[in-house]
Amino acid sequence: MKVVYTDSLVIGGGLAGLRIAIAARQRGYDSIVLSLMPAKRSHSAAAQGGMQASLGASIKGEGDNEDVHFEDTVKGSDWGCDQDVARMFVNTAPKAIRQLCAWGVPWSRVRKGDREVVINGQKVTITEKDEAHGLITSRDFGGTKKWRTCFTSDGTGHTMLYAMDNKAIQLGIQVHERKEAVALIHEDGVCYGAVVRDLVTGELVAYVAKATTIATGGYGRLYAVTTNAVISEGIGNAIALETGIAPLGNMEAVQFHPTAIVPVGILTTEGCRGDGGLLLDKDGYRFMPDYEPGKKELASRDVVSRRMTEHIRKGKGVSSRYGDHLWLDITLLGRQHIEKNLREVKEICEYFLGIDPVKEYIPVRPTQHYSMGGVRTRSTGESPTMKGLFSAGEAACWDMHGFNRLGGNSVAETVVAGMIVGEYVADYCAQNPLNINTKLIEQFMDREKEKISALLSRDKGENPFELKKEMQQIMMDKVGIFRNEADLSQAVEELKVLHQRSKNIALRHKISSSNPELVEAIRVPKMIRLAQCVAYGAMLRKESRGAHAREDYPERNDRDWLKRTLTFWPDENADLPEVKYEDLDIMKMEMPPGSRGYGVDNTIHHPDTEKRVAQLEEIKKANPNADRFEMQRLLNPIEIPDKFRGKNERVGKGFK
Amino acid sequence: MSNNERVLKFHILRYNPQLKGDIPTMKTYEVKEAPGMTIFIALNDIRENQDPSLQFDFICRAGICGSCAMVINGHPDLACRTLTSKFPDGEIKLMPLPGFELIGDLSVNTGKFMRAMSERVESWIHDQYADNVDLDRLEERMDPDVADEIYELERCVECGCCVSACATKRMRDGFLSAVGFMRLARYALDPRDKRSDEEFYEIVGDDDGVFGCMTLLGCQDYCPKDLPHQTQIAYLRRRMALVR
Ligand SMILES: Cc1cc2nc3c(=O)[nH]c(=O)nc-3n(C[C@H](O)[C@H](O)[C@H](O)COP(=O)(O)OP(=O)(O)OC[C@H]3O[C@@H](n4cnc5c(N)ncnc54)[C@H](O)[C@@H]3O)c2cc1C
Ligand code: SF4
Ligand code: SF4
Ligand code: FES
Repeated sequence: MKVVYTDSLVIGGGLAGLRIAIAARQRGYDSIVLSLMPAKRSHSAAAQGGMQASLGASIKGEGDNEDVHFEDTVKGSDWGCDQDVARMFVNTAPKAIRQLCAWGVPWSRVRKGDREVVINGQKVTITEKDEAHGLITSRDFGGTKKWRTCFTSDGTGHTMLYAMDNKAIQLGIQVHERKEAVALIHEDGVCYGAVVRDLVTGELVAYVAKATTIATGGYGRLYAVTTNAVISEGIGNAIALETGIAPLGNMEAVQFHPTAIVPVGILTTEGCRGDGGLLLDKDGYRFMPDYEPGKKELASRDVVSRRMTEHIRKGKGVSSRYGDHLWLDITLLGRQHIEKNLREVKEICEYFLGIDPVKEYIPVRPTQHYSMGGVRTRSTGESPTMKGLFSAGEAACWDMHGFNRLGGNSVAETVVAGMIVGEYVADYCAQNPLNINTKLIEQFMDREKEKISALLSRDKGENPFELKKEMQQIMMDKVGIFRNEADLSQAVEELKVLHQRSKNIALRHKISSSNPELVEAIRVPKMIRLAQCVAYGAMLRKESRGAHAREDYPERNDRDWLKRTLTFWPDENADLPEVKYEDLDIMKMEMPPGSRGYGVDNTIHHPDTEKRVAQLEEIKKANPNADRFEMQRLLNPIEIPDKFRGKNERVGKGFK
Repeated sequence: MSNNERVLKFHILRYNPQLKGDIPTMKTYEVKEAPGMTIFIALNDIRENQDPSLQFDFICRAGICGSCAMVINGHPDLACRTLTSKFPDGEIKLMPLPGFELIGDLSVNTGKFMRAMSERVESWIHDQYADNVDLDRLEERMDPDVADEIYELERCVECGCCVSACATKRMRDGFLSAVGFMRLARYALDPRDKRSDEEFYEIVGDDDGVFGCMTLLGCQDYCPKDLPHQTQIAYLRRRMALVR
């Protein structure tokens, strides 16, 4: 039995995982990162548009600060997020971006003087201030009050990931590539590492650690068409679920991005619309202002995706052999801008569509994009029910996104969570000596070995590729942008059948080393279980909140549903997960539920909302001289690790 | 996108070094072409419907992550963004990228090579204060044009096309290769990196470095991200020549 020991095991080499490994390493703990492939190829590299941080250097970001960012984030989440976490996040984001700046990210900078931009379809000249020259600039993104999204051209994730991985290399952190965690090792509610399969040799290796972090990204590939990478299959979530002890949070919260190209689903960044691009229908008509006169194309993602779908359903879509779509028009931005700031988009259009977006419209359609749900954690990043198990990044439900994440808030989350959770991981390593019985390791290793031999020895059975396709189609057709009871309950039933069938997978190619069919056979049953969590959670949640839109329950229902879904799978042989709920306490909220300002507000309010609003008013009245920092502490005192507590400086504003 | 469906012929090198006794062979697979089909789509079709053991590496399938470089009808390129319609006779020959350790079939270990490259050029900002910056304060300013120029070089996706296209690399195993030159040039350009030319010289000032390069520019011809190899290599050579 091969066993590798370390202090901090990080499963996932994207932005979140690397940042956690760096934090633990910098505190003197040995860290090993596992990744399905070289870390620099993680899906974080695909983030184009940018990272939100309230630096407020660009003139259109003026007046921005943590409070505005907080408000946007909470509203964006449709009040489903954990406000303590959102607070920690907005305070740390400027520090995270500045650290990445010191580590080498070539953030695009403010250039003083006049420049022409497109706002609401019109060319406008804005004048950047002299004193901001050379500071990190920002662009407009959906659902934000200020231009807050910092970027490097449209290769933001790429440059962030390269800087992060380079930093990890500098610190000598080992990244074990082509390794897949297939099970967690745990006993009595404590996690001790993972059983890991070498994707080249097929060997199983036990990685034993004090702290184990799941940073495996999203689960977009549960859907047939998604902007996500082919490895975004949620395996990290699944192995947490399979412990039976660690819950997943809000799995039904799945985001659809308005503008992925048709048919393949590759993303064109929100930066296209942020920079002034428009959505047009089959008549070349700009329809978003009719639906959302306020934010138009730059309403929150979930809103734009639904409006586009509504518009297509009215017969206004452009028909094609791949179904109806709409147009994204960025021609008005001009060649120079596109070739400089939207260059990846241009390449994608040229290579995959054979069109030049400088002159032609881009065919787009809302497409699965982001997983708000994931391994449920406390604000420290640790699982509430399993000690030593942490999670961060898209894989986690740390819960700063609630039911809808804002564009640019995700890569920001990965690095901010990496910094904060990384400190708690290091604390955990400091406080917990590794005490593990080799019997336990053996037991978990044997279990996985047996599963694999069963797969390799079965003569006849199901084809894993087929099962996966069927699952992806069910999710597309029945657990999509608009949901209803009939579809969802059908999806739940159909997935149950798939789950049963997945216990009987047989391989055509029966070798245990590097074997794509075996990889698929190991993953597919896990993915089906996750799909069941999504579909079942969506069926049970009888309201609409953020990206979870029920046609049969169109109102947000705070009275009955201001709660987080927790999904467990305690009984391996069960057909369905167990679902529990965790209330969100309005009486502790700094920002009690209100209207997001889109469409008609039909919220069913919770009785506490009014009470809390009154209470906040009183606190404000009683402290007329408190500045915004003091007020924040009065409204919602939260704990931030010392390192990240400081106030953030802004040009022209100092530390105010 | 054409409407008449063709049957494509994929000739693929099959070899699994993990299997004792396996020998490299070319195998042919037929795939019905679909509109907008890429090599990514076709290879998955083959894996799912004809041969589940076929190995290849795709991740982003959008030309962004650099995983899928292979030799396509003699030229290294990113397979995920190569449309099959590009090949008029429908014959497509796929070979693994040379110059890297073979994992199996079309999958090669670029990760190991690139990590070694990063360690060799010390692909990070050298500034003793980088870890002591006060994160609460305004970041260090940078000229907007300089930031753009650095990004130009940072667009490299470590796909390895330039390495596989390089004649010098074929002869000198220890040759740093164009990807390493681009990385080094990127840090040499970055005002945040405080290394001196002498220090850069230590890394590339020999025949395994820029002076071994024959400037035949296979690298530039095949770089899918159009990095400016020619100008940068020439610039590095001039700058390094001045050190002595
Ligand atoms: C096309 C696209 C564009 C985007 N643009 C933006 C944007 O502009 N702004 C923004 O804020 N967000 C954006 N996002 C979202 C954002 O990029 C992701 O949410 C974020 O990068 C996820 O980072 P991560 O570190 O959590 O995971 P990832 O970067 O996905 O990394 C996951 C890691 O886990 C590893 N892994 C997975 N499973 C296993 C396993 N079983 N064993 C071992 N290792 C495993 C993988 O190898 C990988 O290293 C975009 C997303 C997409 C899809
Ligand atoms: S110019 Fe020629 S020799 Fe030099 S790195 Fe490029 S391909 Fe290799
Ligand atoms: S320089 Fe170009 S060809 Fe070489 S690895 Fe980078 S992207 Fe690929
Ligand atoms: S799969 Fe990412 S570049 Fe081809």
